[in-house]
Amino acid sequence: MIVAEKKPIEEIIEEIKDYKKILIAGCNECVTVCEAGGKKEVGVLASALRMYFINNGKKMEIDEVTLERQCDHEYLEEIRNQIGQYDAVVSLACGVGVQFMAEKYRRIPIYPGVNTSFMGVTEERGVWTERCQGCGQCILARTASICPISRCAKRLLNGPCGGSTNGKCEISKDLDCAWQLIIDRLKELNRLDDYEKLLPIKDWSTERAGGPRKVVREDVRL
Amino acid sequence: MIETKTPSKLEKILSSGHMAVTSECGPPRGSNPEAVTKKAELIRNHVDAINITDNQTAVTRLCSLASCIHLKMMGIEPTLQMVTRDRNRIALQSDILGAASFDIHNILCLSGDHQSFGDCPTGQNVFDLDSMQLIQTVRLMRDEGKFLGGDGIDRPPQLFVGAAANPFADPFEIRVPRLAKKVAAGVEFIQTQCIYNLDKFELWMKQVRDRGLHEKVYILAGVTPLKSAGMAKYMKNRVPGMDVPDEVVHRMSGVSKEKQAEEGINICVESIQRLKEIEGVRGFHIMAIEWEQKVPEIVERSGLFPRPKIEM
Repeated sequence: MIVAEKKPIEEIIEEIKDYKKILIAGCNECVTVCEAGGKKEVGVLASALRMYFINNGKKMEIDEVTLERQCDHEYLEEIRNQIGQYDAVVSLACGVGVQFMAEKYRRIPIYPGVNTSFMGVTEERGVWTERCQGCGQCILARTASICPISRCAKRLLNGPCGGSTNGKCEISKDLDCAWQLIIDRLKELNRLDDYEKLLPIKDWSTERAGGPRKVVREDVRL
Repeated sequence: MIETKTPSKLEKILSSGHMAVTSECGPPRGSNPEAVTKKAELIRNHVDAINITDNQTAVTRLCSLASCIHLKMMGIEPTLQMVTRDRNRIALQSDILGAASFDIHNILCLSGDHQSFGDCPTGQNVFDLDSMQLIQTVRLMRDEGKFLGGDGIDRPPQLFVGAAANPFADPFEIRVPRLAKKVAAGVEFIQTQCIYNLDKFELWMKQVRDRGLHEKVYILAGVTPLKSAGMAKYMKNRVPGMDVPDEVVHRMSGVSKEKQAEEGINICVESIQRLKEIEGVRGFHIMAIEWEQKVPEIVERSGLFPRPKIEM
């Protein structure tokens, strides 16, 4: 899933303080799972903002909605009839949702309510960690299903570097060394010899480096 | 052993069977070339080549290439250290050509310390290639006279290709396979991490010999003299991938403060004498961090002086 973190409320207040009526729009997908922008967080943010504006003697009307997804036309269409009454929207979806809503509703300012962080997993309740950077050419078959691009701080394809200590990365004792994990798993799979196969220089053109990406599937197009 | 493939003096010394001695100078945080040239002057008669570090510990400094050119103009053989942290494959290849245009003949291929350690922790990193892929790139440019993109190079670089090895980082079991991988990538000489744990280094070297790697690559044992007990403790506890055994720390703290620097030099010289006896150790890389003036004494007391004269 896409993992996000709530923005500090002060930052949101700064963006919306001059409006009179706003909509806070949550998303029922990834940001709900990572507890940053689902229905619950929409309610909490709306209450906190109402409290803030009342305490500061400012009239501010705040409504709440949570869409099934903000990255699909059909769900964004559900608010077409009501969105015109608002001065602005604070979207608690990831950056994808914020932008897609802005593309659809061109005359209404849409503000982000979360910082979109990465593609990752729920390691345990309240702890999310990165697993993929969407490089566009998956190499997991060569790295014991552990991604050095997203999990090694230097994204070394032929690691580990000299800074790996007691299984941890040189940049933080809280961070596992991806190459230690790869080697441990190669051992478990009885394939440690695979470590000595050199991974070739990577074609990064399918990654961010190649510019904004697009997938077109003629077989599923309408 | 490997035939001489470049005009590098370091390569000639190694291939003729002499123990090589290299050292290194860190460039300044400013543009005064004397910061490099004065250090180099102190050690020029006692070493075969001098590495210039490339923004080590990710702190912005005078660039390695320009510093190497200063050494070259003094008639000293430089080793260009090049990290993949800050440059993509265009810039790496371009700087390799820049070095070649000044007839710099040694390169050390590294990935580089992560930028979070340095003075620009909020900066981007590149890591378009890793150190092994940089080794492959230099070999391609030199041996086949080609760019990564496939086009031919007019006057290809003639670089003797080195890399680092850390026998003390984890996981230990892949430290020799990792060296094998660098050898497969085309590395020709290795400068190791600073050695304080000689027992562990001997074990690593035994594994290196068991795989015959000592006959495929020249291994220069890395040593760094300790200036004080405080430095020993810092290296032990704070520097990732460094292995300083307790007995070394105890030995340093066992003498009075005024005598600690001398004790550090003693330990360094004794280490070199023991390392010399290990089959497969072909020389030494003396990293006297901001203590270059001690290099001549270390070299002389270790019986590595005078340096061999090589007809160029």
